[in-house]
Amino acid sequence: MMCEMIKGRIASDRLWSLQRQGQIGTIAPIDGQEATTVGSTWALDPAVDWVIPQYRESLALGRFGPDVLDRFAAWALGHPEGGHLPDPIRVFPPQISLATQILHAVGLAWSLKLRGIAGAVLVFFGDGSSSEGDFYEAGNLAGVLEVPVIFLCSNNGWAISTPTSRQTAAASFAAKAEAFGIPGVTVDGMDPIAVHEVVSAARDRAVTGKGATLIEAVNYRLNAHTTADDPTRYVPAGELEAAKERDPLVTFRRQLEARGLWDRDRQADAERAGAAAIDNAWNWATALPLEQTALFDHVFAAPTQRQRRQRTDLAAYLGVER
Amino acid sequence: MSPEPARSTNPASTADPTMTMVSAINDTLRAEMARDERVMVFGEDVALSGGVFRATEGLLEQFGEDRVVDMPLAEAAILGAAAGLAAGGMVPVPEIQFLGFSYQAMHQLAGQIARFRYRTWGRFEMPITIRTPFGGGVRTPELHSDSLEGQLTNIAGLKVVTPATAADAKGLLTEAIRDPDPVVFLEPLRGYRGVKGPVPRGEYRVPFGKARWATAGNDVTIIAWSYQVEVALRAARSLAEQGVEAGVLDLRTLVPLDVEQIVEAVERTGRVVVVEEAVPTGGFAAEIIATINEHAFWSLEAPPVRVSGYDTPYPVGQLEDTYVPDARRIEHAVLALLEVQP
Repeated sequence: MMCEMIKGRIASDRLWSLQRQGQIGTIAPIDGQEATTVGSTWALDPAVDWVIPQYRESLALGRFGPDVLDRFAAWALGHPEGGHLPDPIRVFPPQISLATQILHAVGLAWSLKLRGIAGAVLVFFGDGSSSEGDFYEAGNLAGVLEVPVIFLCSNNGWAISTPTSRQTAAASFAAKAEAFGIPGVTVDGMDPIAVHEVVSAARDRAVTGKGATLIEAVNYRLNAHTTADDPTRYVPAGELEAAKERDPLVTFRRQLEARGLWDRDRQADAERAGAAAIDNAWNWATALPLEQTALFDHVFAAPTQRQRRQRTDLAAYLGVER
Repeated sequence: MSPEPARSTNPASTADPTMTMVSAINDTLRAEMARDERVMVFGEDVALSGGVFRATEGLLEQFGEDRVVDMPLAEAAILGAAAGLAAGGMVPVPEIQFLGFSYQAMHQLAGQIARFRYRTWGRFEMPITIRTPFGGGVRTPELHSDSLEGQLTNIAGLKVVTPATAADAKGLLTEAIRDPDPVVFLEPLRGYRGVKGPVPRGEYRVPFGKARWATAGNDVTIIAWSYQVEVALRAARSLAEQGVEAGVLDLRTLVPLDVEQIVEAVERTGRVVVVEEAVPTGGFAAEIIATINEHAFWSLEAPPVRVSGYDTPYPVGQLEDTYVPDARRIEHAVLALLEVQP
């Protein structure tokens, strides 16, 4: 878990730099959410379980194989292959239309139940997404259908510039589970062991037919919302500094070191491996070929006559074959 | 003049049983669920009550509560869950109780289902058929009668299917359920029981993108879809009594669109009236006329004409007969069009 958390941060930092160099578009860094992402996915079985991320988690979904980061690099580059996680990787691409993915998770979990397939679906979303109608519709539906889904609300304190106090007057985000008739749990989202524990329990419930669980993992966004954001305009002075004390890359390392499970060499190895992972992903993504007429691929299984004509016209205009 | 166009691609004969459109839909759902156990029906009031129009009647008893499911009252949940079910290998046939209610699920329909194959670059297909009634003429409360097909056709990645006959309801619904892409299957409120006809027995499929001549005629072409085909036929019969031969081209599917037959019709008749129940600005009749202008402009003998709703919200009951095109309005438009000299 420690290695993957380090990889996530390094990959995030690298993409941040690439954005600053003008090589990719807007990107959302992961700083502060590594423990939530890694702790939860390490409780899953990639051979049967699914993950539906929002848009930060893909940086640290190594549990589901190195392809996830490769595809995420392509996604950040704006290559259409970035959205395609090859079968059988049980991971969806990043989601921009917030909270829509929570309903997809319920539907996917429902399909597992109907088809008698083992496994659970874990879906990530933020504190801000919990204000969307889809969150409530999904929680309600999951309660009614008793499907194997784990709702993981990664509460990082901020929805861009809007603090959690403006998202809800409820005592917690986990408290909303009561209205769905499912258990709600709050956990320290900066502690990967604690997250692992509650997600393991939720997964046990899910795969034994007991239904859904809502987990609120309380972490803190240690960086800007995205490369386009300036948090110094709205984060109160001192809040970020205080949160940095809880940085999971620091606290978990200390824990491991105290138990003799981590040292400087291991740290250096993990940092090298993390850098290699994002290097590989970037090299893979930048080498992907792309014809502009690919614009028309994968809208339908087979293009309509109109699309074929448009494609032919475009190819002629561009002076390419098709 | 050029020869009579194909009378119809519909092989239904008088030997086939006569059914209402809603019975044809019910039979088709039953047949497809029996054929493929991945097919499931869900929506508001579809199971216990068999649907507010009885389109899903008897399915619960035959296929059980796993495959015929009453959903919580939430349109986005119905379509959002459909996307997840499809990704998980099911063939969802959700019902949106009235098309106007789909506004509450448009982010799942337009933002997610329609682009799921695209955004996953072919990983996940969405073989979803969204059945939903639409159109006016039955004195419903607000938002039950809106014709939103122009909005739907503006969403890349959706197929939009508009049967006008009971036979086509069967043939096109069968095709929709077997299609690997998302289809919005629009069922005319007035057609459920107001449209009856012979329906072929056994397996019957109507391919998408092939328009149908509901009636032939070389003086003018009336292009319509869904229940307005029936209305246009009434106008054509009245015009025939006045010596005007109006052909009625039933588009059957708006996406994909049968551009060839539209162009052929305009080349043959030179005059065209497009009928829709919807708001005209930015609507699908406008799309058809733009298509005609692109591909058959020099064959036109008069400017194409729309007979449509108006640029107003769909009105309450006492105003709807004025809003929705009727045979008289179509006839009036045709006669005026025939007066125009090139």
